[in-house]
Amino acid sequence: MTHLIDRRKFLHLAGIGGGVAFVSGLGFDVFAADGLTDGLDFYFVQLSDTHWGFKGEDKNPDAAGTLQKAVAAVNALDKQPDFVVFTGDLTHTTDDAQERRRRMAEFKAIVSELKVKQVKFIPGEHDASLDKGEAYQAFFGDLHYSFNHKGIHFIALDNVSDPAAQLGQAQLDWLKVDLQALAANTPIVVLTHRPLFDLYAKWDWTTRDGQQAIDLLMAFENVVVFYGHIHQEHHHVTGHIPHHAAKSLIFPLPAPGSVPKRVPIPWDSAKPYNGLGFRNIEAYPWKNYRIEEKAIIKGETL
Amino acid sequence: MNAYWKKCLLCLLLLTPLAATANAGPPVIVIKASKFLFQPSKIELKKGQTVILEFTSSDRMHGFSLPDFAVRADIEPGKPMRVSFTPDKAGSFAFRCDIFCGDGHEEMAGEIIVRDEG
Repeated sequence: MTHLIDRRKFLHLAGIGGGVAFVSGLGFDVFAADGLTDGLDFYFVQLSDTHWGFKGEDKNPDAAGTLQKAVAAVNALDKQPDFVVFTGDLTHTTDDAQERRRRMAEFKAIVSELKVKQVKFIPGEHDASLDKGEAYQAFFGDLHYSFNHKGIHFIALDNVSDPAAQLGQAQLDWLKVDLQALAANTPIVVLTHRPLFDLYAKWDWTTRDGQQAIDLLMAFENVVVFYGHIHQEHHHVTGHIPHHAAKSLIFPLPAPGSVPKRVPIPWDSAKPYNGLGFRNIEAYPWKNYRIEEKAIIKGETL
Repeated sequence: MNAYWKKCLLCLLLLTPLAATANAGPPVIVIKASKFLFQPSKIELKKGQTVILEFTSSDRMHGFSLPDFAVRADIEPGKPMRVSFTPDKAGSFAFRCDIFCGDGHEEMAGEIIVRDEG
């Protein structure tokens, strides 16, 4: 338990203690005591679905200010994360190619105010579906990629630049090659926008060929997926792979199938920013992740 | 490819040849897709009665997805797409566009109501 206490102390020092959700199915305490993670613990922040450029007074009257508040909230964390990742729908879609680029430029300028300078981006369909990711790549780089950080292999997958919401054979082939270099027990974190599994096909909350990616990942013991798209916290497991959806930073959506239509939950002036937020993901290489959902405004209840 | 999409593909493979001979048989229901609506968006059918759904697009690529019956189709402008469909259960079933088409894409949806008149 010494390690567990140490971690709590770490969380306290990091200013992220309290209200922590344990989401790993693998058992925090077991791995907290295994001694494998000394010196490697770190955390990163996931922000998602910021939809910069969205307008809709009844859904978010502060649409032009919420992203800046989220950036300020991340900057206010006592201990800064190793990096920040935006899991798609950075901008709200527009048919106007010039306006799309203008929104991307504004978004990029706002998030450049983050104290953390290592920032990763993933495209959402609002960013990349209408031009197959052309503008997105000009501003944010590759649509899919991988990188290593403190013993974890991170893989960013693009399931949106094809408007049919599929990864496509070329990307699946790339994934296969990327995974070939890894040992079966390498910790892998997949970052993507849409759910890779069929969460709720009636609302199109799927990736058409997502199961093929899951099949490739199943050969690895320690895989977790963090995604966005559905504008709410959601946890699901396929086989031994947990999938964790993040809240939005523009408006929340209802739980899958809970209402007849997939329409945004209206803004509640009695509870501003209710249902919006970001998350800290504390990573313990060798099998564990600890998620804490964070409100945009300090002191707001989640 | 997961079971759902395999089922969709099989459904399309089986049904596309039927569309060519549909004129002599089942009634044809024309569904027009455009940004960001289907017309009609509410379709009433009888359980067990085969119909041909004919999709057209007047502007850009759209998709038609009816997950409860594993029916889906790509709708390309200038290329009417026909799908034979026999509802085998009664109720109200949502369909939607599943090819991202723009700002109103999320609202581009409709409903098929199947009545059990047996």
